Amino acid sequence: MARWRIEKREKKSLGFVLMILLLSVASGLLVASIIFFLRGVNPWMALTKIFAGSFGSVYGWKETITKSIPLILIGSGLCIVFSAKFWNIGAEGQLLMGAVGATLFGLFLFPKLNPAILIPLMFLAGFIFGAIWGLIPALLKVKLKINETIVTLMLNYIAAEFILFLIYGPWKGKTQFGFPYTDNFAKSLYLKTFPESRVHIITLAIGIVFAIVCWFLLYKTKFGYEIRITGANPEAGKYSGIKTSKILIFGMLISGGLAGLAGAGEILGIHHRLCQPLTISSGYGFTAIIVAWLGNLNPILVVITSIFFGGLLVGGDAIKSSLGFPHATIEIFNGLILFFLLIGTFFIQYRIRLLNKNEKGIKS
Amino acid sequence: MTWFVLIFGRFLVAGTPLLLGTIGEIYAEKAGNLNLGVEGMMAVGAISGFAFAHNTGNPWIGFILAGCMGGLLSLVHAFVTISLRANQVVSGLALTMFGVGLSGFIGNEYVGISLVPRFKNVAIPFLSEIPFVGEVLFTRSPVFYIAILLAVVFWYIMFRTKWGIIIRACGENPKTAESAGINVYRVQYTCVLIGGVCAGLAGAYISLYYIPTWIDGMIAGRGWIVIALVILSQWNSLKALFSCYLFGSIYVLQYALQGSFLNPTLLLMMPYLTAVTVLIVDSKKTLKYKTGSPTHLGEPYIK
Repeated sequence: MARWRIEKREKKSLGFVLMILLLSVASGLLVASIIFFLRGVNPWMALTKIFAGSFGSVYGWKETITKSIPLILIGSGLCIVFSAKFWNIGAEGQLLMGAVGATLFGLFLFPKLNPAILIPLMFLAGFIFGAIWGLIPALLKVKLKINETIVTLMLNYIAAEFILFLIYGPWKGKTQFGFPYTDNFAKSLYLKTFPESRVHIITLAIGIVFAIVCWFLLYKTKFGYEIRITGANPEAGKYSGIKTSKILIFGMLISGGLAGLAGAGEILGIHHRLCQPLTISSGYGFTAIIVAWLGNLNPILVVITSIFFGGLLVGGDAIKSSLGFPHATIEIFNGLILFFLLIGTFFIQYRIRLLNKNEKGIKS
Repeated sequence: MTWFVLIFGRFLVAGTPLLLGTIGEIYAEKAGNLNLGVEGMMAVGAISGFAFAHNTGNPWIGFILAGCMGGLLSLVHAFVTISLRANQVVSGLALTMFGVGLSGFIGNEYVGISLVPRFKNVAIPFLSEIPFVGEVLFTRSPVFYIAILLAVVFWYIMFRTKWGIIIRACGENPKTAESAGINVYRVQYTCVLIGGVCAGLAGAYISLYYIPTWIDGMIAGRGWIVIALVILSQWNSLKALFSCYLFGSIYVLQYALQGSFLNPTLLLMMPYLTAVTVLIVDSKKTLKYKTGSPTHLGEPYIK
C-alpha cells in the first residue's frame, strides 16, 4: 500500500492558482455534461444552447450584463469578509433588506422629492438597510462569539418573510388589483437603461466603481492588510495589535451595504416596486459566493466571474425555452463548479506527497 | 368533530418530513459536521422516490432508494469536508444547489403525473379504535410511524448508549476522541451518511404521500427550516418531535390565517427567529443552561 502524507503547500504561484480555478470550472462543466449525457441529452448541444443564449447575441449579452450587476456588487463585498474568514452567507437577506430600505424612502417617506435627490437617497437607504442587516451577525460574533454562518442564513429567511409580510399586509399596493406587491414607484424614479435592454447603467457603474474601491481597500491599504492577516492567521493578528472585532464589524458593514445597494438597484432598475422575494433575487446572494471564490477573492476578477455566472443564469432561460428543462437545471452547474472549487482549494493549500520506506506515515 | 381530526391529521402530515430531516441532521451535527445540503438531498430524495415508485409500482422501493440517493449525495459532502478539510458551509450550499438543480432536471419528464403507487394510511389494530386520538394518531401513513420510531431510537442511541458517547465526543473534542482510540473520520462519515439517508427519506415522504405528484421546487425551503429546527430542538431528537410538529401545524395554519387578524408570515418567521434566540442563549455560558450545541461544529478536524 502506498503511504502518503498531506503537507501544507508553502509557495503558491498565481499561475498555479489560476490553473486550479480554471480546472475547477472545466471539471464542473465536464461532470454536468456527463449527467446530461446519461439523461439522453446531447451535452454539446446543451452547452452551446446555454452559452449561445448568454454570450452568442447582443440580446444575450445585455441580459448577461443585467444579471451580473448584483453579482458584481455582492461579490466585491464578499471578497472583503471572506478574506477575513467571516462566512457571510446572508447576502441574499441583505439584498432584500436593501430593497425594503429603498422602497421605504422612495414610496413612503419622500415620494414627492425631486428624483435627482431621491434616487441617490434610495440607494443610500438600500446601503444602510443592508449594512444594518449585516451588522447583526457581526455584532453577535464579536460580542457573543456566535457562529456567523447560521445567523446569516437565518436572517435570509427572516428578511424574505418580512417582505412577504409587507407586500401582503401594510404595504400592499392599492393600484395592483390585489396582487401582492407595493404600488409602482413614480415613473421619474425608473433608472435609465441601455437602449432596448434592462441594463440599468447607474447601478452597473456603481458596481464597477465599488469593485475597484474594494480591490484598493483590500490590497493597497493598511486596513486591507489587517483584514487579510485576520483571515490568514488570527492569532498573529491579535499579537500585532490588530482589532479583529473592528475589522469584522467594518467588513460586514461594507459587505452588507453593497448587497443592499444591489437590492436597491434591482427594484429601481428592473421591478420598480417591492415584490416577491424570489422575484427580486434569483439567488444572487448565493451565486455571489461562487463568484467571489472563483475570483480568488479579488474584486477585479470578480467583475469577470460575475459576467460568467450572469451568463449561466441567462443560459438557464435558454435551456428552458429550447430544451424545455426547468430553469433550476442551471443550479447543477453552480453546485458542481462550487464542489470542484472546494476540491481545488485543497490542492492549492496542501499537497499529497508519497513517502519512501524510512519515513513515518503520519498525516499532518 | 371530523374537521378536528382532519386538521390535526394535516399537522402531523406537514410535520413528518421536517422530523425525518431534523433527526438525521442532528446526527451529522452532533458528530461535528454541519451539512447545509438538506434542501438539496430532500429534493433528490423526492424525485428519486417518485421516479422509482412510478416505474416499479411500489412506493416502498421508491422510499428506500430515495434514502440511498440522499445518502450517496451526503457522501460527496463528507468526502469534501472531512477528507479534504473543505469549508462545510460552502460545501453544503454546493450540495443544495446541485441537488435542487438535479431534481428539476430529472423530474422534467414526470411533471404533471399523479402518482398511483402512493403510501396509504394504515390503521393500527385496537389503538385506532380509540375515539379521536385513534383516528388522529393511529390511522396514518406507515412512514409516520417509522419517523416517530426513528426519533425515539435515535434519541436512545445518542444519549443512552456507548455509540452515542462516541458520536458526541467527535463533535465536542475530536482530538481527545482520537487519542481515546476512536476513528473520528469514520464516525463523522457515518453520521453525515445517516443525515443524508434521513433527508432522502424526508423528501420521498413528500412526493410519495404528502403531495403525490412531481412539482419542480416542491421542497420549497423545508430543508432550510430543518437547519433551524435542529437548533430549535437543541440537538435532541425527542425535543425535535415537539418542535417539528409544532412547526408543521404553523405550516398548515398559514393558509387558514391568510387575511385574518394574525399575519401568517410572522408565524413563518418563528423557527428562524427562535433559532437565533437559542444561539444567543447558548452563547451565555453563565446561564448554565445547556442547549447541546456541539463545540466543534463546523470546524474541519485535522489529525
